[in-house]
Amino acid sequence: MEYIILILAGILFATAIYNILQKQLLRIIIGTVLLSHGAHLVILTMGKLKRGNPPILDESVTNYTDPLPQALILTSIVISFGITSLLLVLSYRTAKENNTDNMEEMRGESNE
Amino acid sequence: MIFAVLLPLVFALLVPTISKIKYKVHTGIFVVFIPLGIFLYFLSFIGKDFSAVRHTYNWIPSLNINLDFYLDGLSLLFVLLISGIGTLVVFYSIYYLHISEKLGHFYVYLLMFMTAMLGVVLSDNVFVLYTFWELTSISSFLLIGFWHHRERSRYGAQKSMLITIFGGLSMLGGLVLLSVITGTTSIRSMIDQVDVIVNSGYMPLILVFILLGAFTKSAQFPFHIWLPDAMEAPTPVSAYLHSATMVKAGIYLVARFLPIFVVYEWFFISVSLVGIVTLVWASYMAVRQTDLKGILAFSTISQLGMIMAMLGFGTEVAVFAAVFHILNHATFKGSLFMIAGIIDHETGTRDIRKLGGLLTFMPISATLALFGTFSMAGIPLPFLNGFYSKELFFKATTLLNENSNSIASFLSEAIPYLAVFGSIFTFVYSMYFFFGVFTGPKKLKLLPKKPHEAPIGMLISPIVLVFGVIIIGLFPNLVNGSLLTHAAHAITNSNFEIEPVVFWHGLIPAFKMTLVVVGVGIILFLTRKKWSNIYKAIPGKLSLNKTYDMIIGKTDEYSAKITNSYMTGSLKLYMSIILATIIIFTFTVMFASGGFKNISFGDLAEVEIVDIAIVLIMVLAAICTIFVNNKLALIIITGIVGFGISILFVVFRAPDLALTQLVVETVSMALFLLAYYHLPELQKRNESVSTSITNLFLAVGTGVLITMVGIAAHSSDWFKTISDYFVETSYSLGGGNNIVNVILVDMRGLDTLFEITVLGIAALAIYSLIKVRKDKEAD
Repeated sequence: MEYIILILAGILFATAIYNILQKQLLRIIIGTVLLSHGAHLVILTMGKLKRGNPPILDESVTNYTDPLPQALILTSIVISFGITSLLLVLSYRTAKENNTDNMEEMRGESNE
Repeated sequence: MIFAVLLPLVFALLVPTISKIKYKVHTGIFVVFIPLGIFLYFLSFIGKDFSAVRHTYNWIPSLNINLDFYLDGLSLLFVLLISGIGTLVVFYSIYYLHISEKLGHFYVYLLMFMTAMLGVVLSDNVFVLYTFWELTSISSFLLIGFWHHRERSRYGAQKSMLITIFGGLSMLGGLVLLSVITGTTSIRSMIDQVDVIVNSGYMPLILVFILLGAFTKSAQFPFHIWLPDAMEAPTPVSAYLHSATMVKAGIYLVARFLPIFVVYEWFFISVSLVGIVTLVWASYMAVRQTDLKGILAFSTISQLGMIMAMLGFGTEVAVFAAVFHILNHATFKGSLFMIAGIIDHETGTRDIRKLGGLLTFMPISATLALFGTFSMAGIPLPFLNGFYSKELFFKATTLLNENSNSIASFLSEAIPYLAVFGSIFTFVYSMYFFFGVFTGPKKLKLLPKKPHEAPIGMLISPIVLVFGVIIIGLFPNLVNGSLLTHAAHAITNSNFEIEPVVFWHGLIPAFKMTLVVVGVGIILFLTRKKWSNIYKAIPGKLSLNKTYDMIIGKTDEYSAKITNSYMTGSLKLYMSIILATIIIFTFTVMFASGGFKNISFGDLAEVEIVDIAIVLIMVLAAICTIFVNNKLALIIITGIVGFGISILFVVFRAPDLALTQLVVETVSMALFLLAYYHLPELQKRNESVSTSITNLFLAVGTGVLITMVGIAAHSSDWFKTISDYFVETSYSLGGGNNIVNVILVDMRGLDTLFEITVLGIAALAIYSLIKVRKDKEAD
């Protein structure tokens, strides 16, 4: 199972990078979203999968899944949410001000 | 001793405050007491029964880098020169620099230099020596560029910096080699291990590295070109740094390492050859100069070449002569620089073609210059110290060691002739300096100012130096036993006998050489008009300066080209370069270190049909994001991936994650759809095939890398899990049953606090992006 998830993470990374290397702002943002999904899966897998009950203490249970990656991912989800929404608003404003959402056209005059 | 070394630097901290009242009291008046105090402190060490003193202060003991100050005869000579000439120069600068100049800056740089130079000659630790060495380069750079509004000053400062720092770095290479071979950072211990160094096989490399440092610093051919340009500095600086002290740091370095190198034949060949060539070339070039300081600059270079050559000879008489000449050169050249400064100050020009007949206007300066120039020329008179060391130099050239090497023995044959040849020009420019300025027709109309004698305060420093010239000339053995003998012994690391210096040796070869120099010199000087065309023709276009300018210009040009080739302003290109680097380096390291070798397929969780289904849907959705050209569809497909992740979290027993992801994904979708209305429609990807392939390569490369590193990490069992701690203490320390929550709000509470802060900042930024407008028209 772990290796399947890692391959899934790899595919998410690959599609993310491909999107980030595009010119349009929306694609780039989607790329960053996929990138964080992939990273979360990698972190989760590092604590091994399906090795016990959910990490909520119960006297009848002795075996729990690793809680540490979950804590890290929880922080990461919230942070990536912040980043995504900021990027979204930023690109919306940039597109409005410059009348383009193409990265190559936003390079400034000396490169045109 | 550490206080003496660091005193100038500490006092420099006060200088900016003191310089605020410069209109009432010249800042130099305060500063002059610092070198004077240091001079008096070190003067107390002088004496016949002087023996070396060592003071050690820990700095970085774990790296063997300590402030290890070792005062032996050689260091004593140098610290006395640094502090003594320093006192005179600061005193002179009080009258030379007008109050309206940036005195604060000037004295801070000068004091910084003093500490650096004292550190260079006192450090026994090679790395501390190197640190101080570079500090002298930096302060020299700042002082040359003191009048930074002048283009020539900036040029000269940069030139000196580039050349001396290049040499300094090369020297560092040599020092590192030495310390690795000997296993010590102390110069004394290195000298004790000469055999180890000589037998190590690295001797040629060490020699080249260290000599490059010494030659650049002491302005030896062909690195001498920075010194004439350094003359843009205020004259006190030229007298101090670029004549008496800093440029002798290279000499000091060679002298310090002499016991290690002297056994090696190529040391004699390289140092003697470079020294003699410098002597001849620079004294010839000095004759061509029209600027007084230009003459003195080339004269300094040639005298440094002479001292360097003597150290290269390595014989006892040569080493003693070198030490003697270091002292003598500082006295007569220091005074001549000050005289040149006085002439510049009182007439407004340093161009020797405009000067002449100043004897009647400036009788005192003329008298001082007479002693200085005649001493420099080596005229045999019993009250000029220059003659003694010059004659010792000639004597040394005739008493070279026997050599088996054919190059070395040829060089030994040629050296006496080259020495005489170079000294003839020394004689000519010395005479030219004196007679050209002070005698001959008066050209008052050409002068910007009406000349008159300098104020007495300005004359005191050169008077003291000329007094030194005469005293050493009359009683050459006065400084011999108490100072020079110790210095010479420190260089060779042996206690050889030193004959007393006498004026009349009889008609020995050295005296005959002096007679030739004086005779031919007088003829050349009297007929100099006839020679002027030759002086102009050679070296003509073959200029080292042009080579330097070309190297600097081309370096600028090509580095600009290279930088512009990749700094195009395209973020996509930067991203591609970064990714390619990550892929190539990580794969290389992983393969080279065998990171992918031990992949184990044991210890894996079982796979269920539902899991596979979710994963397949996610893969499909992720790949679709690349091909979809409708923005609504793109957003929804991305949502599928996000919701897929939250279902995976459920499968993997992470209820908190699943919940959070679900909420976040829903809100994100809403946001995307809100922004969707405002964003332009997606276009088809109309990129070239090569771009597509590059992107594909980078994307697949990164994906494969992540998967493989993840698998390799999963297979390794290098570290035990640290999660048990949280499971065990969640209730006892955090008082909560939900372990993940306890970790977040309790164990790593500060982390979460900052996370909230980040969100808050993002929220503020989003709000201002939407609401704040330049024209206050929020839509």
